[in-house]
Amino acid sequence: MPDHLFLNISGSSIFDAASPQAVRIRQLMIEFIIAATAILLLVAVLTTYISVKYRSKRQQEEPKQIIGNRTLELWMVGVPLALVTLFFFRSMATMNAVLPDPAGQHPDVIITGHQWFWEAVYPGTTVSTANEIHLPVGKKLLLQLDAADVIHDWWVPALGGKMDMIPGRNNYLWVTIDRPGIYEGACSEFCGQQHAWMRIRVVAQLPPDYAQWLNREAAAARMPQDALARSGAALFMESTCGSCHRVRGTTAAGIAGPDLTHFGSRITMLTGMLENDSANLNHWLTDPQQVKPGAHMPRFIFAKDSIRSLTTYLEQLK
Amino acid sequence: MTDINLVPEPQESLPDLSVSNDQGILQWISSVDHKQIGILYLWLSVLFLVVAGSEILLVRLQLAIPNNHLLTPEVYNQLFTMHGTTMIFFVAMPAIFGFTTYFVPLMIGANDMAFPRLNAFSFWTTFFGGSLLYFSFIAGGAPDAGWFNYAPLNQYNYSSSPGIDYYCAGLLFAGIGTVTASVNFVVTILYYRVPSMSLKIMPLFVWMILINSFLVLAAFPSLNAALAMLLLDRQLHAHFFSAVGGGSAILWQHLFWLFGHPEVYIVILPIFGIFSEVFPVFSRKPIFGYSMVVGSGIAIALLAFGVWVHHMFATGLGNTVNGFFAASSLLIGVPTGVKIFNWLATMHGGAIRFSVSMLFAIAFLIEFTIGGLSGISFAIVPIDWQLTDTYYVVAHLHFVFIGGTLFGLLSGLFYWFPKMSGRVPDLRLSKWFFWLFVAGFNITFLVQHALGAMGMPRRVYTYPDLPGWGILNLISTIGAFLMAAAVGLLVYILIKALKKGVIATDDPWDANTLEWTTTSPPGLKNFDRIIPVKSARPFRDYKRPADADWKTNPADSITAKPNSHGK
Repeated sequence: MPDHLFLNISGSSIFDAASPQAVRIRQLMIEFIIAATAILLLVAVLTTYISVKYRSKRQQEEPKQIIGNRTLELWMVGVPLALVTLFFFRSMATMNAVLPDPAGQHPDVIITGHQWFWEAVYPGTTVSTANEIHLPVGKKLLLQLDAADVIHDWWVPALGGKMDMIPGRNNYLWVTIDRPGIYEGACSEFCGQQHAWMRIRVVAQLPPDYAQWLNREAAAARMPQDALARSGAALFMESTCGSCHRVRGTTAAGIAGPDLTHFGSRITMLTGMLENDSANLNHWLTDPQQVKPGAHMPRFIFAKDSIRSLTTYLEQLK
Repeated sequence: MTDINLVPEPQESLPDLSVSNDQGILQWISSVDHKQIGILYLWLSVLFLVVAGSEILLVRLQLAIPNNHLLTPEVYNQLFTMHGTTMIFFVAMPAIFGFTTYFVPLMIGANDMAFPRLNAFSFWTTFFGGSLLYFSFIAGGAPDAGWFNYAPLNQYNYSSSPGIDYYCAGLLFAGIGTVTASVNFVVTILYYRVPSMSLKIMPLFVWMILINSFLVLAAFPSLNAALAMLLLDRQLHAHFFSAVGGGSAILWQHLFWLFGHPEVYIVILPIFGIFSEVFPVFSRKPIFGYSMVVGSGIAIALLAFGVWVHHMFATGLGNTVNGFFAASSLLIGVPTGVKIFNWLATMHGGAIRFSVSMLFAIAFLIEFTIGGLSGISFAIVPIDWQLTDTYYVVAHLHFVFIGGTLFGLLSGLFYWFPKMSGRVPDLRLSKWFFWLFVAGFNITFLVQHALGAMGMPRRVYTYPDLPGWGILNLISTIGAFLMAAAVGLLVYILIKALKKGVIATDDPWDANTLEWTTTSPPGLKNFDRIIPVKSARPFRDYKRPADADWKTNPADSITAKPNSHGK
């Protein structure tokens, strides 16, 4: 995999918080780390000190037999109880701030997990896209998270906590992105063979850029530009590609696979697995199971020329 | 009753760890002696430890570098699923049941379990359960949906190999063995103690087994029901867990974790029992706060059934439900945590002897604290939202299962090995094993905390070359091989000790409880006569009659009558 795919990506750890939700959780995490470190140090120091100080000496008589001490035992229960009570109230406050009940509110984006890609639909527009999910900066967004087959899980560490996508129910997540950038994430619930290559890319844009992107995405697919692409388009339509994939503005209207209307404008393909270029596309169309074993794309036995025309067509779907 | 002697039962030879008994291997297969069955459980555990360990070494090799192609995802998913399932059900449980079956009768002064034939039945159903699970490899593919086997990935549409059917059948079999064994433990403990051993002076290991057996009896029905429902889904097209047919995917999680979280305590409470024997013996002091150790064990068992949703905080159940289970999960950390201080206070002021058993016990105090504290971070819901299902969880659960359960089992092994085999393992090599294993363990799992926080999900067959991911995974893989080398050394130490170890005395550690009053190894009939039991440390009372516990602390012994005087 070429390294430059990840060069301009913002940090993807939970400490690189880029949303108020993630910042709140990071704050709680830091408090927890301080308390936990203090307790661990106490135990480690006591264990070491006692082991060294009270090691058995030669010919030692049996030490004083102590069976307990009520006061000490009360402290042993009381202090941890006070600590966990404190953290209980801290976590309730954070939970209510990060994930208030979304009852009655309309989602800004509906994201559906499939084996193994993300489908994103933007209500109020005709936009539907896959895997590289564009979101505006500075607005409190409500994401609706659904699943089409098995359980998946949406997680972009820099933007806050994760949320499962469960077939048969709708889950919701609030996110307010602080600054533009590309945020990496991944499916975090085991979902079968290609769970590893179910990466997430959130492209956060300033509102004007986002509006521009949304406009371009809403348009129907571009017509093929040259003869090769035209033959690719014809092949795409007459083969069964359209049973699973949608290319808006054409007869291809499948919904089982990713929407390809503006496939050529995406930087990655196969849900973050490979760079979207003609060589990789070529390889993929030749033998999908070799590139991404288990993927639901069947192997079509295309002639080499046909694959080249298909590749050209798909790349022109900017 | 007519004596039908179809089954060759041992007549005189000692049931030590070798197969050279008067009836050879047939005696082991047909034995109903609790000591032999205990040893069978332990060997079963070692066998599966090697198998499940090899599986994970392949997994770690695959993860050693980014974008690796050593294993296909299909094979990888089977390997990690089998690793987890095997380690829980066929390594940790049989090892615990092995020590329990062997030592509970000895510690309470009984000559066998309440139901010896049921005891054999329990072992053999567990054995066949494990065999059935592994038969899946040659029957078309092992289970591949993880040890917690979430719906609907466990449905036929998403996993059409017979692996998950074998998972259900194998675990049902093993579950029957586990439940019957626990009934046997409860009856044995309640009815076969020497008459003077009241519950108030019962050894803490026996106490923890008693509590644990009730935990098993309450938790396993939930798993067994879920497995039966899943088999119906897969074989008869029921749809308990399939949303498409009107079922509920999340129902599986409730049923599984209602068993699964108590299960975590099922594999740690007996370990607390082992440590509550080891710390006093090697500190030459009584346990600090006997009643507190028992009480916190009971508290853990009760709370264990009210915490399962902390495995499901990211499923979107809402802040009210999550808040309730956050409270209970934080609360259960308290009785678990205080035990660490019970053991530290037991060591304090003692005369500590650094046997290998005690080394594992001391290392446990620190490793288990790490695992316990990282566990608390999952009870704090917002932190759970970030860290659940990442490598941070993998680190946490291994600090609990290895730093807790396995360290306890190894501590128990080095503590009781002379009693079971009549031989002493090589001390120098055993210490090498200890340091090698502890080093390998920490190298493997400490870095995984960081990997999780850096965004690496668990259960991925490979990963992109993001900054830091490659090197941390490589370190983890190196640590795993160090642990494997240590386990190899352990097997060598044990075999060497069995073949030509120094002969062990009957009471090598100057211990407190009844099992050490027998010969090493104990005869076929455990006891011909039993020393008086008047306190929690009957053997020490016997050895030091002048300052016996029941004289110095009458309040804590059964002789505490209004007219008796302590010193």
